Amino acid sequence: MTLRDLKQGQQGKVSAIGTTGAMKRRIMDMGVTPGVVIRVVKVAPLGDPIEVNVRGYELSLRKDEAAQVQVEL
Amino acid sequence: MSVIIALAGNPNCGKTTLFNEITGSVQHVGNWPGVTVEKRDGVYRKDKEVVIMDLPGTYSLSPYSAEEIVARDYIVKEKPDAVVNIVDGTSIERNLYLTMQIAETQIPMVVAINMMDEVERKGDKIDCGKLSGLLGIPVVPIVARTGRGLKELMDAAIDVAKKGQKPNRLSVFDSELADAISSIADALGDGESEENNWKAIKLAENDEIIAGTVPSDKRREVESLVRAADKAAGGDAGARIADSRYRYIAKLVGDCVKKSGKGYEETKSDKLDKILTNRILALPIFAGIMYLLFACTFSENFLFIPELPSPGVWLAGIVEEGWAFAADKVIGAAETLGASEWAVGLVTSCLDGVGAVFGFLPLVLVLFLLMSFMEDSGYMARVAFVMDRIFRHFGLSGRSFIPMLMGFGCSVPALMASRTLESDKDRKITMMITPFMSCGAKLPIYAMFAATLFVDSSQTLIVFSVYMLGIVAAILGALLLNRFVFKSENSSFIMELPQYRIPTAKSVLIHAWEKVKGFAVKAGTVIFASTVLIWFLSGFNFGGMCGMEESFLASIGNGIKWIFAPLGFGDWRASVGVVTGWIAKENIVATFGQLFGNVSEETVEAVMAGEEALPAITEVFNRVSAYAYMAFNLLCMPCFAAVGAMKREYGSWKWTLRAIGFQMATAYFVALLINVVGNMIF
Repeated sequence: MTLRDLKQGQQGKVSAIGTTGAMKRRIMDMGVTPGVVIRVVKVAPLGDPIEVNVRGYELSLRKDEAAQVQVEL
Repeated sequence: MSVIIALAGNPNCGKTTLFNEITGSVQHVGNWPGVTVEKRDGVYRKDKEVVIMDLPGTYSLSPYSAEEIVARDYIVKEKPDAVVNIVDGTSIERNLYLTMQIAETQIPMVVAINMMDEVERKGDKIDCGKLSGLLGIPVVPIVARTGRGLKELMDAAIDVAKKGQKPNRLSVFDSELADAISSIADALGDGESEENNWKAIKLAENDEIIAGTVPSDKRREVESLVRAADKAAGGDAGARIADSRYRYIAKLVGDCVKKSGKGYEETKSDKLDKILTNRILALPIFAGIMYLLFACTFSENFLFIPELPSPGVWLAGIVEEGWAFAADKVIGAAETLGASEWAVGLVTSCLDGVGAVFGFLPLVLVLFLLMSFMEDSGYMARVAFVMDRIFRHFGLSGRSFIPMLMGFGCSVPALMASRTLESDKDRKITMMITPFMSCGAKLPIYAMFAATLFVDSSQTLIVFSVYMLGIVAAILGALLLNRFVFKSENSSFIMELPQYRIPTAKSVLIHAWEKVKGFAVKAGTVIFASTVLIWFLSGFNFGGMCGMEESFLASIGNGIKWIFAPLGFGDWRASVGVVTGWIAKENIVATFGQLFGNVSEETVEAVMAGEEALPAITEVFNRVSAYAYMAFNLLCMPCFAAVGAMKREYGSWKWTLRAIGFQMATAYFVALLINVVGNMIF
């Protein structure tokens, strides 16, 4: 499953990043790397983007971007 | 000998606060060449020989944003004597990622762990001594807001700079990856050299900019080694490198940071965020804050109280009255001294030019006091979070909302507000389309036409439709620019939502002051020069002083009127109106008052308010061409003050002229469309 599928308040462990190139680098630069625990804090009022907690800070990303992050519960 | 120290760090890590604390008041603010990224430098207040260079806030040294490229080019090419890397102690893991990358360049550096007070309040402990030992560089705990630890930090930085003390070469990568990287470094020449080593890492990360610098005779070999590195890393060396850095950081943090063990705890910031980005409340709160922002700056009936001016309007009124009073005295003095008519005219126009600059300062000041509060408090990031869903369809960021909203008041502060956008591309596009928002000065033009030509039909509807036309033109313009001008640049929304913090009054004031000063100095010359030039053109011909009807400007109007013929207003007076509109858009009404029947000043004012008609303009305009004329003046080059603001924000004439070209082309096309289609229907 992917980060996009997690419900608000759920957390998972990142297993892989699906995309390539610039977006993958950017996601990883921000600390979303395999093995890290990530928790969905909330969804924006209009349904997208989402806010996650990772490595002790709050990160926002669009659902399309979250769909590239594979997670395990 | 002077020492150059660069400040590097993540956005929101307190870098600007630190910069303001250590430099005091002597600083230069401008742009890095070619981009709309702010460049600031100053001198250390305790030692004038130490120059402090504030690098843009970045999360990484990858080449994906203008900020990252600027920051890394500065570190690698300009080679400051030392880098002070500011690390937010409350999210130390992510912040150390940049530290790892700066250390890879082997530049002498110091790490400053900021926000130590918040770290302590949480009950966490950071062992700076141990971290310093492991990294091989000084690590200094600081609280930039209160000034704690800044002397120690600067002493350490100056010491490191003078000794040229480099960080340890950390063994971040596993042996396979490390071997692959060193073979790339060897292929580049001397594999032991720091530069080649750094380049090798970047090449393994698939960095296109560095790949472009590889000499062509080595390119083949390097490419095959990069592919080999990918293979050794199990497919993607870049991902493996990022992963290795974070693994190394996890180890460092495990050794040096003791968490209080309380685990996840809801902070005040989290509680506040629950309200401010709440599913139901977020949009009403956002609308309320935007209303306040707009009303405080521009409103004549502040908080719906009739005749109560907002702080911005009130201050602007004082400045304008004060200036008019002083200008009257000067002109009066010149007249009593028996100065000739043209000399008095010149003095008047110069005073008007300077007054035009001053008149905008209160608006800029008030808007930026509020904006920097929003920015520094962390709310601005939430604006982007809340609005992203809508704006991404136009290829823009949610933050573009603020400059565009402000554009309905005045383009000058609106253009300057684009500085808070996160990407260079978004800033450039937003500045091109912000003047399409119909500013307050354009309303008198619509009022004139509505009262004269649209009496029987709904005047409100006509004016409203012009406003809508501006919004539609802005959206379509943004889409076109994204598609055809900035096509290669990808957009993503992977960004931090920083903790809410109450900004210090000092940093808010410094920010607002920088904006005011920057506008007065950088935009002022443009505004002043063009105001005086138009005065000269409209009051002189080869025979000397004359009325506007016989002036150079009238000749120019006659010379260029054919350009406007396809738009339905190929008349010299209409052309002159376009030109005088560049001083201030409402000037068009006064110009028409003078050129069409020479009406009194009171009449002009009544026309501006839409209370009286100006029947003589029907000589030139019918309804269709009047609408085309309104559209043209809405969309074409904004007033010189706004052009000055554009010049200041773009930092180059090249981009300013491109923006003006885009606006002129849009205006011409839209007005042409209106005239052609309108004449078919009516």
